[in-house]
Amino acid sequence: MSYDKRFDGRKFDETRPMEAKAGVIPRAVGSGWFKIGNTEAYAAVYGPREMFPKFMQDPQKGVLRCNYNMMPFSSGGERVRPGPSRRSKEISFVMERALRPVVDLTEFPNAVVDVFIELPQTDAGTRCAGICAASIALADAGIPMKDMVCAISAGRVIDKMIIDLNYEEDSHEDGVDIPIAMLHNSKQISLLQMDGELSVEQLKTAMKMVEKACEQIFEVQKAALKKKFEVQ
Amino acid sequence: MGEIVVKEKDVVVPGETLATGMDFLPSFGTYREGDKILASRLGLVNVEGKVIKLVPLSGVYHPKRGDTIIGFVREILLAGWRVDTNSAYSAVLGLKDASPEFIARGADLTKYFEIGDYIMAKIINVTSQNLVDLTLNGPGLRKLTGGRKIMVNANKVPRIIGKQGSMVSMIKDFTNCRILVGQNGVVWISGEDPAKELLAVETIKKIERESHLSGLTDAIKAFLEQHKDGITVPSDN
Repeated sequence: MSYDKRFDGRKFDETRPMEAKAGVIPRAVGSGWFKIGNTEAYAAVYGPREMFPKFMQDPQKGVLRCNYNMMPFSSGGERVRPGPSRRSKEISFVMERALRPVVDLTEFPNAVVDVFIELPQTDAGTRCAGICAASIALADAGIPMKDMVCAISAGRVIDKMIIDLNYEEDSHEDGVDIPIAMLHNSKQISLLQMDGELSVEQLKTAMKMVEKACEQIFEVQKAALKKKFEVQ
Repeated sequence: MGEIVVKEKDVVVPGETLATGMDFLPSFGTYREGDKILASRLGLVNVEGKVIKLVPLSGVYHPKRGDTIIGFVREILLAGWRVDTNSAYSAVLGLKDASPEFIARGADLTKYFEIGDYIMAKIINVTSQNLVDLTLNGPGLRKLTGGRKIMVNANKVPRIIGKQGSMVSMIKDFTNCRILVGQNGVVWISGEDPAKELLAVETIKKIERESHLSGLTDAIKAFLEQHKDGITVPSDN
């Protein structure tokens, strides 16, 4: 058995259509919106601001704190139970780790930069869309950061390596999903998770696809930020 | 041979290449990686001779020595007041810097400043840990009574003030309000006529929104003339 045609008719190395905007939440210091296919993520950045609880402060550098949240009505299937869950806590943690290598908070000892990521509509690839949106929001908030983070998932369905899995592919019984976050300039990887089995060769193919897609994501992010600040 | 890849006044995003080669020097908001100069934040490109720097367009206020800010008293300490500066760091106004008269230790400090009072103060020192000291010794530094306060983006403060204060004095002339602009993005407005006070608020918000457009002064002047008698209904944002 082989996977000859993708469920939504895309090419194997084709991502879903991407859209992004910066500055979508006026009350936040910085905000971003990133849409890939039917997955939509909003990110809002608050701070640097005073950190509470106080015992979590770091006197050497500022702290980055992420919060990932899927809205109750967001998924296609059952209602997501609101509030933090084991899954959302883990994703908040890995997102924070994915963004930490680019942001430089040495100027802000004892302070915190809060990133809130909300997903009103999901169709697989939420943590990647969230990271892309958070990256836009952090840049929009004027946080010192040496690079942008671009994230997308690659994977396998039966025998084919594919990029940007949708929910049908993600939940396929013989499928592998690998969300990867990459720093745009250095191509360093700040997030890589995998479930399922994959050969080394296949993983290498996946990485190549991700590298190509990250270039496209960066262009989308860049255009979104420039559009907000452009002079008419 | 080095070369600048971007143009002056371009908006650049973090990680974008600004220049190649070793002929230019990275300054604020930029860093060198190999033979390239890259942006390390979002900002406007500014090239002065060989030095490339970025002018920030967004972000919260960061306390700087010599800045005049508007803050509010948050807490009364043993020998001073803790003042919120609209940034990640609060400031301390010590007894010595608070008043020209002598304040004895143990005196009732609420006689001078109560919790919630707004003050216009100057930053005298910022340590490496971002502990901030304030003073009220200086012209125009005082407690602000009455009026209303609005928050604006601290990066837009120079545009609200204008060249030699031209913008803010234009608003003052049209609205008959007293206006003080703190460099931390807090603006204090006090006038006799509420409609005119609201006009001043709306004008400042308009400047904040449109500060990057050319012909700002003319647009603001037209706006003020159009609403000479003041505004009674505040806008949404």
